[in-house]
Amino acid sequence: MYDKSVRRRRVALALLVACSLLLLTAYFGESQGGGLHSVQRGVLQVVTPIQEGASRALKPVRDLFGWFGDTINAKSEVAGLKKQNAVLRRDAIAGSDAVRMNAELQKLVGLDQSAGLQGTRPVAARVIGGSPTIWNSTISIDVGTGDGVRVGQPAITGDGLVGEVTFAASDSAVVTLITDSSSAVPARISRTGAPGIVQTGPGGPSDLRFNWPAGTGRIDRGMAIVTAGTTSSSDKYESLYPPGIPVGVVTRVDDAGTDTQQVHVDPYADMQRLEFVQVLTRRVNGNRG
Amino acid sequence: MTADVRSLTWRLAVLGIVTVLVQIAAISQLKLLGANADLTPLVVAAAGLLAGSLPGAAFGFAVGLFLDLALVQTVGMSSLIFLTVGYGAGRLRELRDPQGAVVPIVVGVLATVVAQLGFALMQFLLGKDVPMDIDLIWQIVLTVGINAVIAFPVYSLVRRWLLPALPEDPRRRRRRAYTTGGLSPLSRA
Repeated sequence: MYDKSVRRRRVALALLVACSLLLLTAYFGESQGGGLHSVQRGVLQVVTPIQEGASRALKPVRDLFGWFGDTINAKSEVAGLKKQNAVLRRDAIAGSDAVRMNAELQKLVGLDQSAGLQGTRPVAARVIGGSPTIWNSTISIDVGTGDGVRVGQPAITGDGLVGEVTFAASDSAVVTLITDSSSAVPARISRTGAPGIVQTGPGGPSDLRFNWPAGTGRIDRGMAIVTAGTTSSSDKYESLYPPGIPVGVVTRVDDAGTDTQQVHVDPYADMQRLEFVQVLTRRVNGNRG
Repeated sequence: MTADVRSLTWRLAVLGIVTVLVQIAAISQLKLLGANADLTPLVVAAAGLLAGSLPGAAFGFAVGLFLDLALVQTVGMSSLIFLTVGYGAGRLRELRDPQGAVVPIVVGVLATVVAQLGFALMQFLLGKDVPMDIDLIWQIVLTVGINAVIAFPVYSLVRRWLLPALPEDPRRRRRRAYTTGGLSPLSRA
């Protein structure tokens, strides 16, 4: 009797482990339109309204938690912000001159900047869920293919770039944040134009790295990093992101000036507290500047 | 299938669905110092501790599968991790039957650590870059800490929900005899 129950337990456990491994293998082997992906799409559609309701209902609690976190963090940020402020003030003085020149140039070429922004056809979305583990930086949003959202489109907030749509169902989608280890954003230093790639670093979600070829100029703390857009003339190498979207600010440069230098970047968008995002549903001029 | 098993099955099913929905729609969005509680390993461990290794493993598998489907993650990954957690907690009950008040907290913390390390290992095995640094370790420690705080209330809730469907426990029967009107042997003497 005892042997029988032990045998039954072991068989059941082996079956469950085998099922998990089979699912893993099948999921990796199939395309986006495969059976398991379709089931995921179906589950997402069922879960979305519940997530949406819970997200709205829990806003006050979320704000309370955010207030606690902000209070603890604020003290340690003051010194850093003071230094950053000094750098930004210098930039602002230099920038005001550039703005004047820019306005004149815009008049010259008749560039309609607002038309360019509208051209990307942004779709506003509410964030209705997030991944519970720190190993997957994803959020769920309440717009999907029915609203024109497709896989590969960029998501932004008023502060800057958030990530890229990696899964889209009819009325919801999943955005993989730029803080996910699978994310890589072609970017450039706003002031100097030095190109590079923004990727997650071996640290927390607010510590990205700007990887750039050595010898293409100096990078200092406080410099802004924006998306580079498509730099290649070939259509095969189009960037997912339009040029000029703010990504983050350089917070630290380790081993500056050497081949092993590390440029730390703090994203402008607050990934811990995303409520609304915009998905840019249309590419303009292949995301070229 | 007996009535007890049927009752336990539907109670576990409801518990699993509610846990995953609460986790992804609510708990995941409540960040404290950049980390959030992870309800799933706590509930799976509590279910294993109360119902045994086999129901624990099956419950862990189902919860993991639902989580992977709802979060559009790699299907099968969370199932494998949570079935380990559920089975481990169940075996602990079957082999040692620990009774201390801190058992749910210790098991909850261990379940969270196993889940976090399991996810890291799976990411590594699946070829994803695993960023390991002091900040990340700090986040894991914070998640484990938050889970340690909520482990006991979560265990109590799970126990309360599953209790009507669990097989009669001799210790519970003994305790009830003293507290539900009957005289204790001491007062009778």
